[in-house]
Amino acid sequence: METLFSVLIGVFFSVAIYLMQSKYSVRILLGIAIFGNAVNLLLFTAGRITREIPPIILPGSDILPMTTANPLPQALILTAIVISFSFFCFLLVLTYRGYQELGTDNTDEMRLAEPKNEPLPPLGY
Amino acid sequence: MAAPTTAPIDLSAALVMAPTPLADWLVIAPMGLMIGLGAILVMVRHRLHLHGWIAIPGLVALVLLDAMLLWRVAQHGPFTMTAGRWLPPFGISFTADLLGALMALVSALVALAAGIYALRDIDSTGRRYGFFPLLMMLMAGVTGAFLTGDIFNLYVWFEILLISSFGLLILGSERQQIDGALKYAILNLMATTLFLISVGYLYAIFGTLNMADIARQADAHSGTAPLVTLSALFILAFAMKAAAFPVNFWLPASYHTPRVVVAALFGGLLTKVGVYALMRVMVMLFPLQREELSFVIAVSAALTMVVGALGALGQNDLRRMAGFAVIAGIGNVMAGVAIGGTAGVGGAILYALHSIIAMTALYLLVGEAARIGGSWSLQTLGGIYRQAPWITAAAFVIFLATAGLPPFSGLWPKIVLLKAALDIGAWWLSAAILISAFLLTIALGRVFLLAFWRPRPAEMAVAAPSSPEAWQRTAPLAGLVALLFFFGLFPEIPVSLSQGAAASLADPTAYIQSVFPTGGAE
Repeated sequence: METLFSVLIGVFFSVAIYLMQSKYSVRILLGIAIFGNAVNLLLFTAGRITREIPPIILPGSDILPMTTANPLPQALILTAIVISFSFFCFLLVLTYRGYQELGTDNTDEMRLAEPKNEPLPPLGY
Repeated sequence: MAAPTTAPIDLSAALVMAPTPLADWLVIAPMGLMIGLGAILVMVRHRLHLHGWIAIPGLVALVLLDAMLLWRVAQHGPFTMTAGRWLPPFGISFTADLLGALMALVSALVALAAGIYALRDIDSTGRRYGFFPLLMMLMAGVTGAFLTGDIFNLYVWFEILLISSFGLLILGSERQQIDGALKYAILNLMATTLFLISVGYLYAIFGTLNMADIARQADAHSGTAPLVTLSALFILAFAMKAAAFPVNFWLPASYHTPRVVVAALFGGLLTKVGVYALMRVMVMLFPLQREELSFVIAVSAALTMVVGALGALGQNDLRRMAGFAVIAGIGNVMAGVAIGGTAGVGGAILYALHSIIAMTALYLLVGEAARIGGSWSLQTLGGIYRQAPWITAAAFVIFLATAGLPPFSGLWPKIVLLKAALDIGAWWLSAAILISAFLLTIALGRVFLLAFWRPRPAEMAVAAPSSPEAWQRTAPLAGLVALLFFFGLFPEIPVSLSQGAAASLADPTAYIQSVFPTGGAE
């Protein structure tokens, strides 16, 4: 199961990185959404995927037996999902607003903040 | 119904049994205050006249709390409070040590200055957008990042300050701001996601997220676990947050677009949180791996310094010039981390403290210059000395401090770093520090010459300042200049404090002791 998930996470990461290399802001955004999910899956898998054995620390031991799923990464993912989801919402609105205001979704043409022909500082006076 | 147990359960194996002393609450008081005030300010969002009356006393209280924290840490060493009474490493710990308390205090001072400046600079539209609540949440995030003792908690504070910085960045929703914010948001989100990946791997290796616990186990794992790879991931994530070369391009793309007081806060605080995290993780948690990777950090630091200074030299827009000055400063701090040892890390801490004050002052000054001169462009600015001699005097101090010339505060960290670099034989790193300082001196000297000293260009009519002089604008600038002056003339206190902070990072026994007073749960 973990092996399968590892391959899946690898696919997620490569798709995300491929999409984030695009010039178009919508594709970058899709890449970021997949990137966040890839990270969540990574944490989830790292904590072992099983539900058969309850996570109970046996008497005389300080740590969970190696056969149970570690609940802490799952708690971490819950936090991370909430955060990445809210950030994605913000980015979605920002990108749409950027498209409305700037009239393009091509990041090469978004040169409003950094104009192409900005003058050099004067060389003397 | 469970049968009543006969033997009382021994809770002391899992819980902190003694109630937390009142004094220990001090370590979470700054964040509690800021989050509470942020919530109150959101509730009174539409009563604009109340904002200043709530926010400024709140920031004064933040300064006082952080000063008490620093006082206590300097007197008695690090101390810890753990959430929910769960024994560390299970409960989330907040630990104040010298480095965290120092950074928190200086950040609070800068935030107070920016808050006062904002009383005039942020109009009612900006307040209705929520400038002051976002400022409070930003400070909660920044202070929390400095004081937390848990690495996942550090990630959460990073996100808090990131989301408030998004709100501040697009305050006003101008087209230019949206363009800048898009690049800032995407690249910073990628950096924090990288940080999250590294935290996940870290937990997989160590089985703990408590920094003190990681620090004491790092040696045991260094032979078997891929800690150098993990450290490289952490360095990439934090370097991206700190705007180090080659992952610095989001900063000059966005920092000149928001209101000048927002840019001042960002330039002073946000990149410094990145270098703070770099110091905390690389120097305290993974010292052996820092040694391994020090050459990579050093090359990145040298390039960051030179690229930042060259960028500052090529800019016509004052705000963009200031953005590149921020990057050059980050290079100096990274150089200190690369050199290592008490001297190098102490120099880095000292430079970070100086840079927080100097960069905020630089942005506020640039804002004043543009208000008086009516332009951001060096082509058209001129004659500010005639109109505002005191602002010009402040400019002189801030420019010299930023470039690292005596007698102001920029000199001392550069001397400490230079000496540390020469001591380990890294002549090229010290050359980079000097070249970067030289180029910055030229860039800032030219700004002084063109914008302040030369007569106003004939074709430019003398424009009346867009808004009149006000104490809310001059007092913060004067306060920051006084700090730069004071620490330049009396460097003993900050130098000894930063060296002490570096020593406690290099040997975190006291830090670990404060988290695990009795050796702790295994």
